[in-house]
Amino acid sequence: MPNLKDLKNRIESVKSTRKITKAMQMVAAAKLRRAQEAAEAGRPYAERMNAVMANLSGAAAGSDSAPKLLAGSGDDKVHLLVVATAERGLCGGFNSSIVKLARAKAQELISTGKTVKILTVGKKGREQMKRDFSDLMIDHVDLSEVKKVGYVNAHAIATDIVNRFNAGEFDVATIFFNQFVSVINQVPTAQQLIPASFEQQENVETPFYEYEPSEEEILTDLLPRALSTQVFTALLENGASEQGARMSAMDNATRNAGEMIDKLTIVYNRSRQAAITNELIEIISGAEAL
Amino acid sequence: MATIQFDLVSPERKLASLDATEIQIPGADGDFTAMADHAPFLTTLRPGVLRVKAGNDVTEYVVTGGFVEISGTAASVLAENAMPKGEVTREIIDGFIAEATAAAETAPSEEIDMANKRVADTKALLDII
Repeated sequence: MPNLKDLKNRIESVKSTRKITKAMQMVAAAKLRRAQEAAEAGRPYAERMNAVMANLSGAAAGSDSAPKLLAGSGDDKVHLLVVATAERGLCGGFNSSIVKLARAKAQELISTGKTVKILTVGKKGREQMKRDFSDLMIDHVDLSEVKKVGYVNAHAIATDIVNRFNAGEFDVATIFFNQFVSVINQVPTAQQLIPASFEQQENVETPFYEYEPSEEEILTDLLPRALSTQVFTALLENGASEQGARMSAMDNATRNAGEMIDKLTIVYNRSRQAAITNELIEIISGAEAL
Repeated sequence: MATIQFDLVSPERKLASLDATEIQIPGADGDFTAMADHAPFLTTLRPGVLRVKAGNDVTEYVVTGGFVEISGTAASVLAENAMPKGEVTREIIDGFIAEATAAAETAPSEEIDMANKRVADTKALLDII
């Protein structure tokens, strides 16, 4: 029979764990709201940018003078995988799901004879990717000091990617992140950055624009910015997803702790009752013997 | 007086959305003013000052790279950095200049002219504060 004292300690410890997970859940809920607002605020810019780029790139694709960022380097031997994850753990399967997708992609590319390079954003992704691909990691972006991910951070990452591309370090770049759907649902997503791809929106009538300077020059100017915007959108989605995932993970943890406390309390009460019954039996049989 | 729907958005937030009578925009190839029924027009921005006039109210914003999309009824300015002119300080502009200079140094040869122009335009911002 478990010792009463031990049981009591055990219950106390689970209770404080529950308190912590509950607090984390509430913090995540508050952060989630802020992250969602940020994602919401960034949407008009991203959508507009995408619409214009889709329009411009649709016209430029196929022509020989298309910028390299759009047309690609004409090869697809070397792939750069940008793995964007969180800086912290304790958020359910958030980090693992991104890494899982990236790992599958990397293995697929390697098996078809391509060269893979990996750039990680966020500490957790680096730790997990290192296990399998430590020799493929080329760089890491640390955002742990950044309180609120801003466009500046995304711009720095995008600039780095473009510079590497211009230096001929890779042919194709893909970013991996979690698309926020709801608090309990985040979809790991892979998006191709270079050569740039823009979703053509349907049923949108585009007026016949006059361009100044020429269409190609506008395209050359806007492509790096569009890239930064895509990275920024990915980081914002990731931020909201992380908080959502942490919130539901901590909600589960709180509930499990509650169940555990209930079970332990029952065991504790039974043992206490048994001890009392035992003592009574001893007293009664003692009295009878007299 | 006819008005034109004006939106100013940066990647992080929407700065303004209003009905304006005229908007003076620093386009890549020179300043121009957009009013209602402007022909559909798309141009990139150079670092400069954007002036929005709604009736008698004039608001000024400092914008750096991005683009403007104008249709007959609406003008959308998508600026990478945009802020009300009053909030701009010397340090902020110094930051822009440093960034433009760094970009010019790493720019591939075919884009070097564009990058240098950006540096010059950014430096011109110093005069307005």
